[in-house]
Amino acid sequence: MSVIARKGVVQSLRQSFRSEWVEYMKAALIGTKVGMTRVIGEGGAVTTVTVIKAGPCVVTQVKSCDSDGYDAVQLGFENAKPHRSTMALIGHAAKAKTGPKRFSREFRLQEPADVNLGEVLTVSQFAEDVSFVDVVGTTKGKGFAGTMKRHGYGGLTASHGVERKHRSPGSIGGASNLGTGRGVKKGKKMSGHMGCVRRTAEALKLVDIDTTNDLLIVAGSVPGPNGGSVIIQQSKKRG
Amino acid sequence: MSSPILKLVEEKFYKRTVPTFHVGDTVDVLTRIVEGEKERTQIFNGVVIARRSTGINESFVVRRLVGNEGVERKFLIHSPNVIDVKIKRRGKVRRAKLYFLRHRIGKARKLRELRISKSKTAKPELAAAAV
Repeated sequence: MSVIARKGVVQSLRQSFRSEWVEYMKAALIGTKVGMTRVIGEGGAVTTVTVIKAGPCVVTQVKSCDSDGYDAVQLGFENAKPHRSTMALIGHAAKAKTGPKRFSREFRLQEPADVNLGEVLTVSQFAEDVSFVDVVGTTKGKGFAGTMKRHGYGGLTASHGVERKHRSPGSIGGASNLGTGRGVKKGKKMSGHMGCVRRTAEALKLVDIDTTNDLLIVAGSVPGPNGGSVIIQQSKKRG
Repeated sequence: MSSPILKLVEEKFYKRTVPTFHVGDTVDVLTRIVEGEKERTQIFNGVVIARRSTGINESFVVRRLVGNEGVERKFLIHSPNVIDVKIKRRGKVRRAKLYFLRHRIGKARKLRELRISKSKTAKPELAAAAV
């Protein structure tokens, strides 16, 4: 396959992936991870869950194909102190008749939005036929991590004459690597910075919704520390 | 540790009253077992060798001998399937985790019984975990 043809394939793949990604937003919110606990279901079945305080979020901007070239909704979450916000932010929020927000995220849509500027979205939008959600967060930073922690390498043995190299990655390639002797292969997994990356926990079961306290209770774990901000969306793969 | 919001979520799963027992006690744990449509109570008898965690996560481990094989079972205190914990015998112990019992054979396995004077038993014992 020629380089150009391959590029074409990659592009079409990317486009098909993107069109999936730009799926019509059914339910989406910004929230904070509260922490993890257990929930006891019927018959004493115990589920490990993460509690997320989600919303209420204000629609701070509605983008449309006509004005911006694409359809999207911008949500704002948690009030910021006006005296610490820039006039630009204050003015932007004022258009939606609210104060400046600490977090704002844009959610792209496939068709024009059916929400209005200044509308308040709450967890209740998840109450109707949403059983699985995707949660996006920033993972906990691990600093400069070795290969064992970062990539799950096995390390060397504890004994058998191994000295001061118990967590070492081992060989990173021979002189004839790639058949050209050009040294270490590109993208070789090595030690380095780990964590602090945007990650999505996909298709987490929505266990419970607390509309009075704006809580979403989701089965399993969610990226990031307690108190970290997360984005919750209806699951793209399992709805 | 636990945030007030988490407590809000956990609240409805707490038992109103939690049976009072301690590490070292020989107990009968009454558990609910569902077989098809039938429901029955199973009793697991043994020594409480550990209690761990707090709140909704609190659990305890009961050790007993089946045949000549040690069997340990872990129960969640707040699980609705744990109906009751009945104390058969109080044990006199000086540590929180009795894992040393695993290595004991024969008579050495026995714990000295805790005898409480009447004045002490007269006091009402408070439930371990508040709702």
